[in-house]
Amino acid sequence: MNDMTHQPSPKPRHPRALPEQSEWTFELIEQAHQEIRRVAENFGLDTYANQLEIITAEQMMDAYTSVGMPVSYNHWSFGKHFLSTEKGYKRGQMGLAYEIVINSDPCIAYLMEENSLTMQALVIAHAAYGHNSFFKGNYLFRTWTDAEAIVDYMVFAKNYIAECEQRHGIDAVETLLDSCHAIQNYGVDRYKRPAKLSMMEERARQKEREAYVQSQINDLWRTLPRREEEEAEKAAPRFPPEPEENLLYFIEKYAPLLEPWQREMVRIVRKISQYFYPQRQTQVMNEGWATFWHYTILNQLYDEGVVGDGFMMEFLKSHTNVVYQPPVNSPYYSGINPYALGFAMMTDIRRICENPTAEDREWFPDIAGSDWRKTLDFAMRNFKDESFIAQYLSPKLIREFHFFAVLDDDNNEKLAISAIHDDLGYRYVRQQLAEQYNLGNREPNIQVWSVNTRDDRALTLRHSQFQRRPLNQQAGEVLKHVARLWGFDVHLDTVAPNGEVVSTMEVKREKRARGS
Amino acid sequence: MTYLIDRRLQGKNKSAVNRERFLRRYKSQIKDAVGRAIKGRSITDIENGEKVSIPVKDVGEPSFGHAHGGVWETINPGNQEYQKGDLINRPKGGGGAGRGKAGNSDQMTEDDFIFELSREEFMNYFFEDLELPHMVKTQLTATTEFKNQRAGYNMSGTPSNIHVLRSLRGALGRRIAVGGNSRKRLEEAEAELEQLLLDGEALDAPHVVELKKLIHHLHTRLLAIPFIDPFDLRYSNRIKVPKPMTQAVMFCIMDVSGSMDETRKDTAKRFFILLYLFLKRAYDKIDVVFIRHHTAAAEVDEEEFFHSRESGGTVVSSALHLLDKIIEERYGAGAWNSYVAQASDGDNWDNDSVLCRQMLINTIMPKVQYYTYVEITDGPPQNLWEQYSQIPDHHANFAMQKIVTPADIYPVFRELFKKQPK
Repeated sequence: MNDMTHQPSPKPRHPRALPEQSEWTFELIEQAHQEIRRVAENFGLDTYANQLEIITAEQMMDAYTSVGMPVSYNHWSFGKHFLSTEKGYKRGQMGLAYEIVINSDPCIAYLMEENSLTMQALVIAHAAYGHNSFFKGNYLFRTWTDAEAIVDYMVFAKNYIAECEQRHGIDAVETLLDSCHAIQNYGVDRYKRPAKLSMMEERARQKEREAYVQSQINDLWRTLPRREEEEAEKAAPRFPPEPEENLLYFIEKYAPLLEPWQREMVRIVRKISQYFYPQRQTQVMNEGWATFWHYTILNQLYDEGVVGDGFMMEFLKSHTNVVYQPPVNSPYYSGINPYALGFAMMTDIRRICENPTAEDREWFPDIAGSDWRKTLDFAMRNFKDESFIAQYLSPKLIREFHFFAVLDDDNNEKLAISAIHDDLGYRYVRQQLAEQYNLGNREPNIQVWSVNTRDDRALTLRHSQFQRRPLNQQAGEVLKHVARLWGFDVHLDTVAPNGEVVSTMEVKREKRARGS
Repeated sequence: MTYLIDRRLQGKNKSAVNRERFLRRYKSQIKDAVGRAIKGRSITDIENGEKVSIPVKDVGEPSFGHAHGGVWETINPGNQEYQKGDLINRPKGGGGAGRGKAGNSDQMTEDDFIFELSREEFMNYFFEDLELPHMVKTQLTATTEFKNQRAGYNMSGTPSNIHVLRSLRGALGRRIAVGGNSRKRLEEAEAELEQLLLDGEALDAPHVVELKKLIHHLHTRLLAIPFIDPFDLRYSNRIKVPKPMTQAVMFCIMDVSGSMDETRKDTAKRFFILLYLFLKRAYDKIDVVFIRHHTAAAEVDEEEFFHSRESGGTVVSSALHLLDKIIEERYGAGAWNSYVAQASDGDNWDNDSVLCRQMLINTIMPKVQYYTYVEITDGPPQNLWEQYSQIPDHHANFAMQKIVTPADIYPVFRELFKKQPK
């Protein structure tokens, strides 16, 4: 084109290069998205179809204060989160999360209107290709969530609860939801696999269920007198026969006094909680995967010349902030940054595949030198945070992060350093870090132990202590909520590993609020 | 298939319901906060939102979690000095390295949950106690009326607002400015040509032809300057300004003798606020004058008015004398609408009450738009009340009420609110 080509000059401009400007337009977003999609497909990312939605800052706050769903039922606690988010945002103390992505099919990703073109491209690569492919591929999401049905289900939940409010009053619905929310983390099946249901079946079965469940409960709580000899003959059968880990499920099925509509609402909270369960277990992986891919995709676009230097500078600034891990003695330290750890591990796996060192060959003989795309894809599909770290955290990263283990035993006067980043410590640190992401250890293990079916109908929960850790202050409050749902006395026994009951807590249900 | 959807225009204020639910749930706390705010604020500053704080434990959403205790083994990044086996002291306050991350992640470290009430919400809570009729509430919360007013000229606007004179004046100026150089050269050329022709130069002499060419060229250039350009257009500019209304002065008179305690003062304050709010709707400019009295009266600022406390007897007429004096000196000659709000617990020296009645009927009432009196007491009426009760017979613009709670205040203003503000 000109006669200066023999001189060192900037790369020839790509024919589809994005203009160097910070304002976005619909055409530019479309164009950026085409390029990102092309690159993502070349890398073999398998995603749901994408739906990108431009929203305002207010709508963004709204979305992430109501459990990050496009529709949700109304509850005061969402109002509370909105108020505190709004406050932080208006004072400028806090930027808004720049992406929210919904595990649905099509996958909905929000783009905030005040972001620059660079940020929009970053969000598209991160959310619409990173998270999206994770939702579609990871085994937990495949097992537990039904991307096709969730938006419909939320609409159903919203309408159903609004209908209940009209019929039974806002207060009755609100107190019930308060109680359900208090134990929503215990509304999850950890081991059982669910059967997938479509929206239509769900609705059709709901009516049926109301009638059936009510009859079951009546039978369980039969008040007809039994003959005495029969009574004496056998000891009361244990109920439930096995301890039940899903408190909300147990309440939905067996709480004696709940009305059918109340059971349905318990079910709604339980379903939503179950839907978010995989997200709670894959924070490091999910964010790491998405961050890895936005980094990889945008760098590829830069290498091709589709995006320019200005774009890259802005992107890298934002990316660097996201993956920063403050050290433990920094005033900004608030635990391990899942973006930092996840991104470092994903990048490290690629490194091990492409440029393995002798150490890597010893630690990761299976993957050292393998095809990094296949290896990463396998890791994304088949692990959760706990197992992912146990499997893939390399000594190199432990050194880079300067990880060390601190043992805090309240029997000892001082804290002890139990391992650091040295040969003796690598495996120990890795194991401990994996444990730290085990939800089963992070949350107290509380299950339904028994119900006194013959006498006062009291419900006994059992907290199996982990590492002698006590329950928090709020436990008493939560127990009151459980008692409200159950309708009768509730006991909570804390049990040491040797089976000895360490302490017990109880809430008396003196008077039932509802005349029945 | 990809969709790019613009959702910005949809679903505005989707959280309004949740916000309203939250306010509904914490109504009593919020009302307390509003009550405190009314006490703490200046009367003239009543119409703003308010920051409300609620103890975190009240808004908490409890959930099961681990407390600190037992055995915690945590992995932390950023080791600088430690070796395996080192023993370190526990960090103070339970935070820092040894602290597990488990537990309720929603736990806030602040003691209070703080949020802002909007102006409307704040006013609603304020009105709630006063039991105002609905119409009055809307009257008070309604935003001011605006009227359109000319405000010079603008470069943009609708064609119907084109200001012809200004636009043409601008065009003329531009034509003169742009054409100045050519016109000057044209004049010179024409003068030169005339001179040459006068000197007897032949019409087809090369010099003359050259000049003619130049003159033609300059003519064309001048003609090419557009008569009017979009750049010249001026539009009449109109802005909205609040409807100007006449000015008012509001007098707050309060008995500050020993018997007026804090609660009574608080009730009195609400009474003054309500009058102020009403006046604010009706008038653009309001002066507020505070007169407090025991045996002698003094004009004070708001701070002193509500917060200082005197003891001793009560002579109401001293305040009325001062009121009259201030009206005469500063707010006389009919330029001001005067409103008076008086609050007292009813105590007065016996023979003074008669004097007060006479003063009001003869001197003060003709000068004021409206006079309101509240007696904040639950005891039997005292002599001042009896004397004042005769005033409505002479003047209709007088209202009085005995009040115990803020809900009793409104009847005092009934007459006032009945009339539409002009």
